Amino acid sequence: MASVPRFWRGIGSRYNLEGTRCNECGEYFYPPRNFCVNCRRVGHIEPYKFKGTGEIISYTVIHTAAEGFEDQTPYILAIIQLDEGPRLTSQVIGNPENIHIRMRVRSVFRKLGEDGEGGMIYYGTKFVPEHE
Amino acid sequence: MTIGIVSYGAYVPRYRIKVEEIAQVWGDNAEALKSGLMVYEKSVPDIDEDAATIAVEAARYAMIRSGVDPERIGAVYTGSESHPYAVKPTSTIVAQAIGATPNMTAADFEFACKAGTAAVQACMGLVSSGMVDLGMAIGADVSQGAPGDALEYTAAAGGVACLIGKNESEIAAIIEDTYSFTTDTPDFWRREGMPYPEHGGRFTGEPGYFKHVTNGAKGLLEKLGTKPKDYDYVVFHQPNGKFPTKVAKSLGFTKAQIAPGLVVPKIGNTYSGSCLMGIAATLDQAKPGDRIFATAFGSGAGSDAFSITVTDRIEEIRNRAPTVSELIKDPIYIDYARYAKHKGKIRRS
Ligand SMILES: [Zn+2]
Repeated sequence: MASVPRFWRGIGSRYNLEGTRCNECGEYFYPPRNFCVNCRRVGHIEPYKFKGTGEIISYTVIHTAAEGFEDQTPYILAIIQLDEGPRLTSQVIGNPENIHIRMRVRSVFRKLGEDGEGGMIYYGTKFVPEHE
Repeated sequence: MTIGIVSYGAYVPRYRIKVEEIAQVWGDNAEALKSGLMVYEKSVPDIDEDAATIAVEAARYAMIRSGVDPERIGAVYTGSESHPYAVKPTSTIVAQAIGATPNMTAADFEFACKAGTAAVQACMGLVSSGMVDLGMAIGADVSQGAPGDALEYTAAAGGVACLIGKNESEIAAIIEDTYSFTTDTPDFWRREGMPYPEHGGRFTGEPGYFKHVTNGAKGLLEKLGTKPKDYDYVVFHQPNGKFPTKVAKSLGFTKAQIAPGLVVPKIGNTYSGSCLMGIAATLDQAKPGDRIFATAFGSGAGSDAFSITVTDRIEEIRNRAPTVSELIKDPIYIDYARYAKHKGKIRRS
């Protein structure tokens, strides 16, 4: 898991899918950028909160998990394209047998992991099938 | 001044375990339990859900229903007996996740199953005094019953958030008044660091639940000069189906009044969410002008009674977020082994 300060700085984007948008070319960025790769300028970037809906582009089912995730296996790790355009990697909650490419998903608030029983609990965004 | 519920949101995890499944592990009689408790199955949180994630989901649905700017919220209070941290508030997590931070106050509440309604009362006070514009009050729990204990058949997971305000055009349900009845009664407790609660056993119903709910409800009816027949619906704390049914009858309410808000048979006791879940399920189907009487109970012990009148606004906001019946349809049933893993009753070494 990330270090506590690193997690802390990313709370806005992890909890609420806060990214940015270039008001010159309209491109959306997640994670947030403060520089537009198309316009090559800094001045047009504004904060943007993503709607949290999108679709699965590709996915893999994890059977042997990293430390702290063992109790969740098997789980689905997917590349999701948000409706506004950016892609991100996230866990999708559901039965691996029912997941498919192009499946519509929406964001939910879940525990991402924790530093043992006495450590910090990390919260953030995962996705669930939109129509189930 | 008018104070009321501007919006509300509920959340119930997707998983269920049936009474039969728990009873076969302990050799109990499932049919006797079901008819005795009037509970048939209970909700179980996913492995990555806790009181904080449930509170956030409920609060986000309340925000979607309200359509208000989250920066108007001046207070977030979360009531639970299963806050994920012993020290570190659940309410700051919720406040951040709904975009209400940082110009606001927050704190966690504890009072067994009535911590959520205690938060509603605190928000009513802050809103009516003008200290805050809007207050978010939440009751959320992932409650635990010790393996084999009677509570294991009912201890469930769920939460409800209520956005409290005083802007008349925004209020979906006016809270006319509230009344509480509190004594020091050791009917149920959990010491710091202990995983499961303990309770005084079968005798605790009368001096705990029935005494406090009856006195709280009668106190508010007397204060307002209203009678049971003046209300269209009634909701009581529902640790099982039997207690609220019995107390409703003894106070003079009918089965028809209690039915819409009686959600415990399908989801179990959601503790801090319990009475609020009944209120949410009732708001899901009440018509403008309908009156709702509600009394929450918390062991320890106390009750909070509320008299509520639904406004025209309810029709506008109701379908912007899932209703309680939409949330609890289509559950995934799990067996005792998976339930034990979800609830941390068994752990990897
Ligand atoms: Zn650009």
